[in-house]
Amino acid sequence: MKKVYFDNAATTPVRKEVIDVMIPYFNDFFGNPSSIHSFGRECRYALDRARFSIATFIGAKDKEIIFTSGGTEGDNLAVKGIARANKDKGKHIITTGIEHNGVLNSVKTLEKEGFEATYLKVDETGRISLDELKNSLREDTILVSIMYGNNEVGTVQPIKDIGELLKDHQAFFHTDAVQAFGVEKIDVNELMVDALTVASHKINGPKAVGFVYIKDGLKFDPILDGGHQEKGHRAGTENVPGILGFAKAVEVVVEERNKNRELYKTLRRRFISLLNENGIEFKINENVEYCLPHILNISFPGTKVDTMLTNLDLEGVAVSGGSACSAGSITPSHVLVEMFGDNDPRLHNSIRFSFGHYNTEAEVDYVVNQIVKIIKRDK
Amino acid sequence: MSVESNKNIRVVVGMSGGVDSSVAALLLKQQGYDVIGIFMKNWDDTDETGYCTATEDYNDVVKVANQIGIPYYSINFEKEYWDKVFKYFLEEYKSGRTPNPDVMCNKEIKFKAFLEHAMSLGADFLATGHYAQVSRENGKVNMLRGIDSNKDQTYFLNQLTHEQLSKVMFPLGGYTKPEIRAIAKEAGLATASKKDSTGICFIGEKNFKEFLGQYLPAQPGEMQTMDGVKKGNHDGLMYYTIGQRHGLGIGGNGDPWFVVGKNVEENILYVEQGFHNPLLYSDRVIVSQVNWINGKNVGEEFHCTAKFRYRQQDVPVKVKVVSDNMAEITCIEPVRANTPGQAAVFYEGEVCLGGGTVDEIYKGSEKLTYVG
Repeated sequence: MKKVYFDNAATTPVRKEVIDVMIPYFNDFFGNPSSIHSFGRECRYALDRARFSIATFIGAKDKEIIFTSGGTEGDNLAVKGIARANKDKGKHIITTGIEHNGVLNSVKTLEKEGFEATYLKVDETGRISLDELKNSLREDTILVSIMYGNNEVGTVQPIKDIGELLKDHQAFFHTDAVQAFGVEKIDVNELMVDALTVASHKINGPKAVGFVYIKDGLKFDPILDGGHQEKGHRAGTENVPGILGFAKAVEVVVEERNKNRELYKTLRRRFISLLNENGIEFKINENVEYCLPHILNISFPGTKVDTMLTNLDLEGVAVSGGSACSAGSITPSHVLVEMFGDNDPRLHNSIRFSFGHYNTEAEVDYVVNQIVKIIKRDK
Repeated sequence: MSVESNKNIRVVVGMSGGVDSSVAALLLKQQGYDVIGIFMKNWDDTDETGYCTATEDYNDVVKVANQIGIPYYSINFEKEYWDKVFKYFLEEYKSGRTPNPDVMCNKEIKFKAFLEHAMSLGADFLATGHYAQVSRENGKVNMLRGIDSNKDQTYFLNQLTHEQLSKVMFPLGGYTKPEIRAIAKEAGLATASKKDSTGICFIGEKNFKEFLGQYLPAQPGEMQTMDGVKKGNHDGLMYYTIGQRHGLGIGGNGDPWFVVGKNVEENILYVEQGFHNPLLYSDRVIVSQVNWINGKNVGEEFHCTAKFRYRQQDVPVKVKVVSDNMAEITCIEPVRANTPGQAAVFYEGEVCLGGGTVDEIYKGSEKLTYVG
């Protein structure tokens, strides 16, 4: 059976050149970077180079990069870590209703600890309003966490404008750039962010690795209790092969970002025009002007998301829609609920297609053909 | 065992995470069909940590499907189940009857909403782990009892129409339960020694009284003999069914006490002494919502056997088809504890003819109004 992977917002395959960098660090260089002998030193050196390389690509200093186990941990460390360490300055946090659960649930935990949170609304395209943000800011606001690009609909937030707006306010600014990193130029100085989360497996790197950038001098509490790794910010022996692979993936993705953007735009255009040519009724859930090009979230009126997902999988097509509950059934995405309210048919008929480096136009043709076949069969 | 021509026949198997549906999927896979496993989630009891009891069952489906080598999915019918099964269930209890939600679930969910879902996945058949058999001869489909008379589940399937059955497979019908356990064990399926589920699916292991009380206000009242002698108090009529002995709390000398009827208007539970108390016996029943799998003509009269409760021995009856969906059943011998709301299911030998819901109960020409 032909197989097509259009679920790159969930995870991506690891690139060959990334694997090549990792392999020696499983056995040839297996030391613990904290060890003081030669085995440790060679790994420590590799780790430092990886950190420096990543820092350079995002305009940061290497001491501002903390390696984590991925996006969720990065979000936890930034949000909880910064809030807890700065609670003497205030207890108010601002975020949005469309954040990744790594941020949303961290904020909820903080609320239980006595922090207050404001969840900004988004419009039908998934954008926040800068005015609402301005009006929500309080003297005691210490943290604003707003994602760069949404993982389900791809809508991009006005990060620079937010950075600008917060310039003269005490609040620290964190952005979850996990989904955006592969397609958007990220420079922490231009964006004026204080903290930023990135995950490796969304950019053709290995799973369970990520980094969080936290501006030099900004206080934050660790989440894990343990040893002094990562300067005491993140306990636990570093995932050396993973981190080295991640650094390579960052290098490759920065180099190929523009090329990939063009590819995704081409695939996207072709997808949409083929749907039109075949007379399929559909609506795109996105912000036309501000969106991540690799994410295409489409509502197909009259269809059911479970049936569509199952049918596409049976034809070898991997996509996603909503989130699976612990019993496997699809529950509407909280992002779409925030955009459309909790009583809109789009919550139950929307599918996310997300492109990656290895996708081709021929794959788009195949997938659209399957969609046409499935929709016509059901009618 | 694998048949080459089966590979183009797509069969969706409803997998519950139990041993029966696991083996159903395994058998079909061994026979060479294009098998897809689907878990149905019909009830939401998710707690604040996001845990629901369906999680473990679904995880078992995942394990078994991976062992067998079939794709698996999940489908949510919570809304359909609530609207078509649970509301009916509550309504019936409210009016003093004893409903059978499994019959309704098969009729409205498993073999309707779920069957439609299977068809929209390009399936040729829907299979379940029920102990029943389907025979197909000359375009005529019949439902037969499962070989294992202890496990036969045709009682619960009596509302399936000819059209539904034409798209249904019951791979377990020719096996006994011990054989199914042995097959599961032999194949090393993750569910091989899993305990069978008991009771009504959405209540599970929970306390029935507590569960029902969450949805229907319990109205305690008096327990009386038919002559109006007060024997104690009841916790709410919905907690009792005709012929019930346990939980009455009436002591004293003589034969044990049994529920013989309910007066919904006055909220009285009628109790009398003796398992074989004549008040518990009846010989004529009006059945509504009748489904005849292979059709019957209005006015037709015939002899067959019937079950008025699951696991009851068949009794000989005479059936008169009163209208499209009503029938009058005359029992040759009086039957104990017929209960409004339960299913009456008809058989001709091994063939299940169909069934309906017990509505009115008579002894001779006298209508037993006290049964509720």
